[in-house]
Amino acid sequence: MSDARARILSRLRAAPPSPVPDLPEWRAPRFEASARLEKFRAMFESMKAEVHEVEAADWPLRLRTLLANRGVRAVVHGDGSATGGQLATAWAADPEAPRLVPYDRAIEAWKGELVHGIDAGVTFAIGGIAETGTLILWPTVEEPRLMSLLPPIHVALVAEETIHDSFAEVIAEQGWSKRMPTNIVLVSGPSKTADIEQTLAFGVHGPKELIVLVLRRAEAP
Amino acid sequence: MSVEAETNSPSHAASHTSSHASSHGGFAERAHVALNDKPLRANFRRAMDGLMVKRAAQFPDAADLQALRSLGAAIKERALARLPNLLEQLEARCAENGIKVHWAETTEEANRIVLGIFQDHGVKTVVKGKSMVSEEMHLNAFLGKHGIEAIESDLGEYIIQLAGEMPSHIVMPCIHKNKGQIGALFAKHIEGQGYTEDVDELTAAARKVLRDRFAQADAGISGVNFAVAETGTLVLVENEGNGRLSTTLPPLHVAVMGIEKLVETLDDIPPLLALLPRSATGQPITTYVNMITSPRRDGEKDGPREVHLVLLDNGRTRVYADLELRETLRCIRCGACMNHCPVYARVGGHTYDAVYPGPIGKILTPQIAGLDVAGDLPHASSLCNACVEVCPVKIPIADILVRLRREAVRPSPSKAGSGAVKGGGGGWTLSEASAWMGWKWLHANPTLYRLGTRVLALAGNLIPASLPPLKAWTTVRAKPKFAAKTLHQLARERGYDDV
Repeated sequence: MSDARARILSRLRAAPPSPVPDLPEWRAPRFEASARLEKFRAMFESMKAEVHEVEAADWPLRLRTLLANRGVRAVVHGDGSATGGQLATAWAADPEAPRLVPYDRAIEAWKGELVHGIDAGVTFAIGGIAETGTLILWPTVEEPRLMSLLPPIHVALVAEETIHDSFAEVIAEQGWSKRMPTNIVLVSGPSKTADIEQTLAFGVHGPKELIVLVLRRAEAP
Repeated sequence: MSVEAETNSPSHAASHTSSHASSHGGFAERAHVALNDKPLRANFRRAMDGLMVKRAAQFPDAADLQALRSLGAAIKERALARLPNLLEQLEARCAENGIKVHWAETTEEANRIVLGIFQDHGVKTVVKGKSMVSEEMHLNAFLGKHGIEAIESDLGEYIIQLAGEMPSHIVMPCIHKNKGQIGALFAKHIEGQGYTEDVDELTAAARKVLRDRFAQADAGISGVNFAVAETGTLVLVENEGNGRLSTTLPPLHVAVMGIEKLVETLDDIPPLLALLPRSATGQPITTYVNMITSPRRDGEKDGPREVHLVLLDNGRTRVYADLELRETLRCIRCGACMNHCPVYARVGGHTYDAVYPGPIGKILTPQIAGLDVAGDLPHASSLCNACVEVCPVKIPIADILVRLRREAVRPSPSKAGSGAVKGGGGGWTLSEASAWMGWKWLHANPTLYRLGTRVLALAGNLIPASLPPLKAWTTVRAKPKFAAKTLHQLARERGYDDV
């Protein structure tokens, strides 16, 4: 095995050198503050995702309404996350509300239930990208990777002020290269395929529906 | 094509034999069959037309597109120029992050490495995300022979796996099939599934079958779109979520990639992401961009506990040794070249009898498998340049096609002493060589030239179209007509003097 490594590297090093060109200047698109959210929304809607703007404090009740007609019985949320607490508080008085399931064990302990028995997952996105209509998911111990992938409905919360213009801007400004976590996922719509006759079909493996809740900061008094 | 036939495809045959597999039953003969297959042609025409329109809509500004292509080409050129150092950097970062890196010179060696990892973990079933390198390895067939079942989970790959076929397009593997054919396939292979042509129903049926497979799988296999040397991050793009499932749900993840898939820094990713999905399928971005930097860390509740990365050479170092041919390795596998190729659109992917079809396949396959095996592929082109114009990393495909045609006849020397391209030089034939010798002789000798052109002007049109060397031309084209007067005669009539 290490022989293969040595031989591959020595063949590459024996090859004639080629110049290392400078990278030409390139700027990712920029948007006016006023147009940013509109672009974000338009891109998501073109990919069959729903985008709702909501006051930060009101989202659990708004979500309750949005899920009402979707036959959702069980919703997974992050364990110990603010999201879960807010849902529990807001839905406590509602006997009809879906069951809230915290992701509080390793996947091996409840694989069957998460794979087949949960209807929706609620996660918090660390940011958004207007150019492409994209959510940045940075899974954590509290909000693991599969929550946004296995349930048929994915609900993503994103704070309006964390929506950026482009992916290039996010990587550079937030210094990602120094602190890459286990996994980062950019999500730009529900799971889809066009493998059969270029016909779009949704939910082939991941969520069939993506609901984006853009949280607006409460106005300062 | 059956699994058996698949193992006879050029890239595989080449690792065992140097037979002239494609000199009989070659591209031309398969193309004739494909050209007469009306449903196949309709399937490809519809798909290619749609893809071209969608791509064009994603790049409304020509100047922006050119600037982005120049950047994409420069990013890959830089990475290739520094390739050995970057591979070592990637390996070091991966090791720090807990990803184990393996190196394989051949597909056989890569298969053995993957099998070894699986045997160590007692793996019985594996789910696969889409990976062209695993196709290059014929990994599924290899694992199957060793009692490990590998299930393709990308919908298109799943469909062709059911059909026992090879992908006919690197991005949309079952593009050659229509929904009726797929409905029949599902009715036959999926228990309790009746015949339907409804795309939503077919998709839902696949989801149901594959969901269970994901849950049961002992390991996941994936390819890699970009590996970032700076951070040791594997970047995978996809729309379905099967790639995320394959790399997250099973306890073990094995990624396979060609050694050319490296980029230097994380900052290189956004421009390449701005090129790849738009060039490939005309999407602004894929639904998911999955960036994997480590296995499950302490306290995390999901993700594989082990991640392995297999780096495959399979002839790439030989391609790398030649500065012109090296440009082949810039490819980011978007498939735009095939979507825009007038030949590919008419004959479809299977006609190339190779893992990589279309223009990129025409330059990659002969270099990997050898010109002696796939030497007819560089000729399956009109050199119209459409592929070169759309390539997001500006690979000079047409120049390389011409170069490979030359290498097949007159190999240029290489350091290793075996010619720049594997299997080069075997395309030399006495008839072609004599024709060019004659041509050279005629053009270097004024008396002979005058005599020859005079004879052709007088009697050239009497040569029967059925004369063997002429027949190859006249079966598909009009027979050339000789003018009654030679160029010299015409010039003299207009008053030009002989020098």
